[in-house]
Parts: sequence; structure tokens; C-alpha cells
Amino acid sequence: MKKLINDPEDVVSEAVAGMAVAHADLIRVETDPIFIVRADAPVAGKVGIVSGGGSGHEPMHGGLVGPGMLDAAVPGPVFTSPTPDPIVAATKAVDAGRGVLHIVKNYTGDVLNFETAADLAAAEDIEVRSVVVDDDVAVKDSLYTAGRRGVAGTVLVEKIAGAAADRGDDLDAVAAIATRVNAQVRSMGVALTACTVPHAGEPSFDLPDDEIEIGIGIHGEPGRARIPIEPADRIVDRLLEPILEDLPFESGDDVLLFVNGMGGTPLIELYIVYRRAAEVLAERGINVTRHLVGDYTTSLEMQGASITVLKLDDELTELWDAPVETAALRWGR
Amino acid sequence: MALGTAWAVDWTRRAAALVEEHKQELTHLDRDIGDGDHGENLDRGFRAVVAKLDASAADATPGDVLKLVATTLISTVGGAAGPLYGTAFLKGSTAIKGLDELDGAAIVAFLTAARDGIVLRGKAEPGDKTMIDAWTPAVDAAAAAGDDPVAALRAAADAAAAGAVATEPLVARKGRASYLGERSAGHRDPGAQSTAYILEAAAAAAEANA
Repeated sequence: MKKLINDPEDVVSEAVAGMAVAHADLIRVETDPIFIVRADAPVAGKVGIVSGGGSGHEPMHGGLVGPGMLDAAVPGPVFTSPTPDPIVAATKAVDAGRGVLHIVKNYTGDVLNFETAADLAAAEDIEVRSVVVDDDVAVKDSLYTAGRRGVAGTVLVEKIAGAAADRGDDLDAVAAIATRVNAQVRSMGVALTACTVPHAGEPSFDLPDDEIEIGIGIHGEPGRARIPIEPADRIVDRLLEPILEDLPFESGDDVLLFVNGMGGTPLIELYIVYRRAAEVLAERGINVTRHLVGDYTTSLEMQGASITVLKLDDELTELWDAPVETAALRWGR
Repeated sequence: MALGTAWAVDWTRRAAALVEEHKQELTHLDRDIGDGDHGENLDRGFRAVVAKLDASAADATPGDVLKLVATTLISTVGGAAGPLYGTAFLKGSTAIKGLDELDGAAIVAFLTAARDGIVLRGKAEPGDKTMIDAWTPAVDAAAAAGDDPVAALRAAADAAAAGAVATEPLVARKGRASYLGERSAGHRDPGAQSTAYILEAAAAAAEANA
């Protein structure tokens, strides 16, 4: 394992400290317990938005804190959800009296810790709503699994809910928007290599050099199939087909197309993926009216990518276009 | 024969020691079908609990000690295991609240409430390949063991160990292992195994403090 770290124990605290220095205009960082919060929180008159989860997915979520998006992010240890204490502390820090929305990725640990935190916050008279994101079509949503995972689509939920909060929507309305984005977004990913969690020191799974894993989650958890490596276009087709069938997306739909890198794949390859994905959507008469390309929901240094398609309407488009200013996503301000 | 605060404290220390001893094993079990951090997370939690034990009140009841275990695990473990074990110890300690001495019935009440707490949080059923597959046989065995708390805990520990082994052929239906589907069969559930260790510590502490 070669990593630019000092001590595996200090990875999260030192990374967060670095963010605090680099983005002092946008955020401040609390260290006991650890969470990242807008420099000007709580923002009067605004519903607060808190997300979080295991670290190792940067810039999600800490890099998405700022005007127009998250009010706070709670980073757990690498790939491990935070405990309820920092979630409660972050919730209190952003509550301006209009309530707080928790945006939670559907992983058992995240759901249980945010649920416990929401109970504790409610006991202190803070109104909390939770929206669980489950955009990953690789996993069957059935009684026999923990349900679909929350993956890169979470970034889109956070951006649009953040814009709704920014324009002054109340808690119910912000939660409804987040729920609507989740209902209209689908993702699927592929891993070319595994990643190594710092404290483990060995790759999180074994993937031979000539094989890829289709339908991974954001910790490299397996999805649909392990197959021999193929040309990029063929892989894109494998990812897009289940996405398009699932909603389903139809000819005439306006969509946001998001190609997300898993951390170890260069932009040159992400654009090859984007090119094919856009081509397939065009062939089906689906209009790509907004886009996002880059590393937003990563799995440490894993090579791979995910494709996310969000069905847009006028309101979602307007909220997507609304100004945002965070470390990783900024426009319009 | 009844068990008091000394038992609860000794249980906690023994559980911490057993978790530390088997940290790598639990993490490897988790790596096979989950995300490979179960041993690390549980060890972090129990080390924090042990650090707090010395500072606990001199007049603490067994329930007070086990409540301290609950709140500390919730605050330090994270993942799914933190809320699940935390809820187990919290509900269990509530069931024996105020008692200075625990007889067999109190032990069964503790174990039952702990198990019900896990079911409430995790919504898993027996057969889902989770820690419930160790807890449920443990509760049943303790209830069948009569009114001796030491015998009840020994029966519970042995049943939990057998329950953990019995998770191996199961296909996971809850937690991260459920994403593996059929591929989860052939692996022991890490949560069921850690449950077996924690209940083994409870039984060993009972035998040492009887």
C-alpha cells in the first residue's frame, strides 16, 4: 500500500483539517465531534441540510458544503458511517428554527446512525426529516436485500434540495423535492480495480487484472456480474441499459447525464464514457439538457466510473441551475 | 445464586479482550461479505467502554454498567454494529433497571430485551444471516436453562456460537452482505460471530463471579 498519509488513524481528521484551511471562506470544521459546516451557519430563515457517511468518497460530502447546497457534512471513518453524536451536533449547528433535512445514502450503517441521530435531535426539539437516497439500479429493491444503495445520485439530490432550501422552501417542501429527485434518478457503476482502505492496508476485494465488476457500490461491493474487461463503449452500454429500463426513461425526456469517476480513473476516460452515454441517449430520443462529469462520489483510488441519469422537469432544471458555491461544485455566484 | 455489578464489569472487560483477540478474524469475515471493518469498529468501541469503566459510580447497578456500554458503543462504533449493539445493551439494561442482583429470570429478561432491540433497529428476522441468528437461539436456550443465571448465560453463549456457525450456508437478506445474494452463502456472518464472542464473555464472567 502506497498512500500519502501519515498515520491511518489520522486520515480523516487531517484531511478535514486541510479542507478547513483550504476553504476557510466557505466552511469551518468542528473537531470534537468532527463535522464540516458552512462558515455562516446557521443561516437565518433557511431549512438546514445535513448529509454524511463514511469518508473515502470525497468530495462527497464535505466538498459539497456551502451556499446553495449542504449546510453541514458529517464524515465517518473511511467507509464507515459516522456515529449519531456528530450527526446530532451538526444538526444543531445548522438548525435556524425551520428544521433540518438529513440526506442519507441507503446503507444499513448510515440509515441506522442517522435514524438514531434524528431521534436524539427530535428529543431536543429540532424538527428533522430524512430522505434516504437509493439510486443504484445494480441492486434489486426487494424484501430480500437491504434495498438499493445510495450512490452518485446523492450529489444531485443534495444540489437540488440545497437550492430548494436556499429559495426559502419549508422543511416539508425541501424534503418533498429531495424525495422527487431520488424518485427520478438512477445510477450504475463499474470497477476496474479495488481500492485499499488505509487502516486495512490491503485491497477491499480481489479483482484480477483482466476482469471488471459491473454494478459495484461505492465501497466496491459487488453488484451484478464480474466479467472480462471490454472496450469502454460496451461497458457503457451495460451500465446504461439497466438505468434506462428501470425508470423507464423514454423518448422525449429531458435528462441530466452525470458521469462520475471513482477516484482512480482520469478525466480522459470519463469523457470517453460520457461520449458513448450521450450517443446512446440521443439514439433513444432522450434529450441531455444538463450534464456533470468528474470525480464527485469516489471510492478512494478505485478505478472505475458510474453513470447517473436524472429525469428533469422545469422546476428541477431551475433548481439545478441555481447558484451554488462549494469546494467541489460552484456556479452562478 | 445471582450476578451483580462485578459480573457486569467483568463481562465488559472480557468482551473487550475477546473482541481485541479476534479483531482480525471479525474484520476478515466482514471483508468476505461486507466492507471489512467489523473487528476494527467493535474493538474501538469496547476499548472506549473499558476506558470509561473505572470512572463509573461506586454504587452502579449491573444495569448502569450495561447502559454505559450501550451509550459508549453507540458513540464510538459507527457502521451498523454501533446502533445495533448499542440498542441491544440499552434495551437490555432498561429491562434490569434498578436490580442489584440478577437471577436467571433477569438474565433472560436482559437477553430478550437486547434481542428485541436489535430486531427493532435492524428489522431482521431469523434466517436473514445477521446477528439475530446468534441472539435468537441464545435467548431461547437461556429461557430453557432454568433459574440459575450462570447456567442461563452458559446456555446462551453455547447457542450463540452454534448459531454463528449455522449462518454459514445462509443467503444474506439484510445488511451489506445482502448485495452479494447467493454469493454470500459459504461465509459466516461477522455480526453473529461477534455476538457469540460477547455472550461467551458474559458466560465466562458469570462462571468466574458465581
